[in-house]
Amino acid sequence: MDVVKADVAIVGAGGSGLRAAIAAAELNPDLKVALISKVYPMRSHTVAAEGGAAGVVRDDDSLDYHFHDTVAGGDWLCEQDVVDYFVHNTTRELYQLEHWGCPWSRKPDGRINVRPFGGMKVPRTWFAADKTGFHMLHTLFQTSTKYKSIIRYDEHFVLDLLVRDNQVYGVVTLDMQNGVVRMIQAKSVIIATGGSNRCYRFNTNGGIVTGDGMALAYRHGVPLRDMEFVQYHPTGLPGCGILMTEGCRGEGGVLTNKDGYRYLQDYGLGPETPLGQPKSKYMELGPRDRVSQAFWQEQQKGRTIKTHLGDVVNLDLRHLGADYLEERLPFICELARAYVGVDPVKEPVPVRPTVHYTMGGIETNGRTGTRIAGLYAAGECASVGIHGANRLGSNSLVETVVFGRVAGEEAAKFAAENEHTDTAPLTQIAQESLDKALSLVSGERSESVSQIRNEMGDAMEEGIGIYRTDESIRKTIDKLTALKERYRNIKINDQSTIFNTDWLTAIELGFLLGNAEAMAYSALNRTESRGSHQRLDFTERNDEQFLKHSLATYNPDGAPSITYSDVKITKLPPAKRVYGIEAENAEKAAKAAAQNNGGNQ
Amino acid sequence: MADKIKITVQRYRPEQDREPWDQSFEVEYTRETSLLEALNSIKDTQEPTLSFRWSCRMAICGSCGMMVNGVPKLACKTFLRDYAGQEMRIEPLANFPVERDLVVDLSDFIEKLERIKPYIIPKKGESQPGEQREYIQTPAQLEKYRQFSMCINCGICYAACPQYKLNKEFLGPAALTLIYRYNEDSRDGGKEERMKLVNQDTGVWSCSFVGYCSECCPKGVDPASAIQLGKVESAKDYLISMFKKKGE
Repeated sequence: MDVVKADVAIVGAGGSGLRAAIAAAELNPDLKVALISKVYPMRSHTVAAEGGAAGVVRDDDSLDYHFHDTVAGGDWLCEQDVVDYFVHNTTRELYQLEHWGCPWSRKPDGRINVRPFGGMKVPRTWFAADKTGFHMLHTLFQTSTKYKSIIRYDEHFVLDLLVRDNQVYGVVTLDMQNGVVRMIQAKSVIIATGGSNRCYRFNTNGGIVTGDGMALAYRHGVPLRDMEFVQYHPTGLPGCGILMTEGCRGEGGVLTNKDGYRYLQDYGLGPETPLGQPKSKYMELGPRDRVSQAFWQEQQKGRTIKTHLGDVVNLDLRHLGADYLEERLPFICELARAYVGVDPVKEPVPVRPTVHYTMGGIETNGRTGTRIAGLYAAGECASVGIHGANRLGSNSLVETVVFGRVAGEEAAKFAAENEHTDTAPLTQIAQESLDKALSLVSGERSESVSQIRNEMGDAMEEGIGIYRTDESIRKTIDKLTALKERYRNIKINDQSTIFNTDWLTAIELGFLLGNAEAMAYSALNRTESRGSHQRLDFTERNDEQFLKHSLATYNPDGAPSITYSDVKITKLPPAKRVYGIEAENAEKAAKAAAQNNGGNQ
Repeated sequence: MADKIKITVQRYRPEQDREPWDQSFEVEYTRETSLLEALNSIKDTQEPTLSFRWSCRMAICGSCGMMVNGVPKLACKTFLRDYAGQEMRIEPLANFPVERDLVVDLSDFIEKLERIKPYIIPKKGESQPGEQREYIQTPAQLEKYRQFSMCINCGICYAACPQYKLNKEFLGPAALTLIYRYNEDSRDGGKEERMKLVNQDTGVWSCSFVGYCSECCPKGVDPASAIQLGKVESAKDYLISMFKKKGE
């Protein structure tokens, strides 16, 4: 076993991991930062984010508005003190990216341009055409090469965390190219491995989005928080699930059913807004959970469109015109043409909801710290508390840099205050982890990795989809239990040490199965409807019982245990979550009430 | 109704195979089936030991570059329907050492990207904007480098490049494009440093302007044009240095 020492080890080199590495390097250039990823950094799934990143810049906008949109959008399951920190730091981080070279789209005067996004009161979404994640990721990667103290371990698959007496001491990795096991001893570790959406069959995500870091923290006793909240993005391409950005609707695209009717007006998002005049929080600019739920309702009524790739609705962009589409949504045009053979300039694009984002994740405090000393988590893998029961579009890209930075600084401080421990006992822990991973490869076995993966993905879609019931969730849980049993008998055909993807996908499948269970049991026990978690058997939000975070705690012998923790409410008490004309009326009523109270506010 | 196609993949496992060998598969496909989906279905149902890189499936992560009937392409943006009635031969990306099967060693390429200082180097003597302020950059200024910032680092242009094939010291299309991208950014002041790399024998002057890199680029970045523009800059640089010498 090869052993290297670093001060800070970062697992994952997407938006959060890269930002964390730069933050650690800038705060303390004497620290050695190991940046570890199972892919080259620019392959990380941040690359596929399209629409943009939220940060208040307009004169008619305010941090309070962003706070309110986020907390109400999350159906009050957000940590309000953390959201407050978040909205105060988004714009600074986006300017920082600008200074590093991110090619943000501009207004004619050369200042930053913003576009409207779903559930946001005022346009505040910074964008780089429709490749915002791509440009952010490449800017961060390229900028990271400036710092000599950042040492990259590309294509290193992390097999386990090294944890002893509730403190983390590094990670054990497999150098995929050279077939070498490399232990990276570190004083602090940041997990930045993204979501776990490959638990589902039909999703917008890359193949690498397998929740590795979530699973590792979970197995070491850190709870996964709010895992039942899985975001369906309303507009994915049928068949492949490729994302058509919410920016399509931000720019004025509309959704129609088989009768050409803009059905969102029937689901509390109306009245209908004029074509080409998108209005914040109305119609197509509703939040993702509501828009995806409306699709399901339309499908039940038989008003969606049947195709050979399944039921769809139409995303109509034609009225925007060829020139505007080419300027604002060039990638969308390229993707629709290539993957469904539709030119958005001439025809509406067929779309349907598809799994997109894991709102829950590794439980952290507001400074990204976990229950294990020295272990931090940031980005989609973490549940820092800003998304609640439903994430607003464009909050997650900026989350990667806001909390990536926090994690980098916190982990750097921890590393500076602690010494390396003896290496020998850690090597032993690493060896045990390796043996466990290797045990998958040996013996006479028969189950197929892909078969189990597909059955898991289908079961999650069926039982824990846009709408759930006790019965559907239990059926999925039974299936997951059976699949976990079959997983013990999984057959690895490839015996090579070099780039053995047969083995590595099997390890990833193990991660996914555990995360899927955390999602399922959290969903089962939450007998209410809130945000993206909609129960047909418990249709109302129940604050009395469930204004709480779910905590799924790993149990090596069976089902996770589900407990609850309090939600931090500071300045916005729970209220009815409304959009469209209802939101406008509620706001007017609140203003009038404030005036009647003598204008205190 | 699904059609069928024969796909032959070049295999190589360094621990078992002395040299590369061919393995053929029959694959069913529909109008939407990409080569990447076909390879995944081969891996899932026929040959689990086949290794290749992939992730996003939407031509943005740059993982799945490979040779398709001799042409470098992204597997996820190559469709079987376009090869109806033919056979497909899949090989690892040309001009790179093979690690295993369709996985090539990209370290030389990545090192070149890092070498060219691919980040904003602030202009000397000019103050930077504060924490809550951007550099002013008009849409016209953005347009000067925008296209060249679209590279996904897939390595396809290196597989297409006849000069890189002959001389691995050549900086190559993507790295030279990235230099041009930063040099033309109105926020940047690092051009002088980067032009040293451009002017070297291994810089723009190694390019024989075949233009095949641009033909193969899956993202329309047009590296050949960035290199030609780089040659103009390099020539200007040369003339200026001559004048400087004369004036000394």
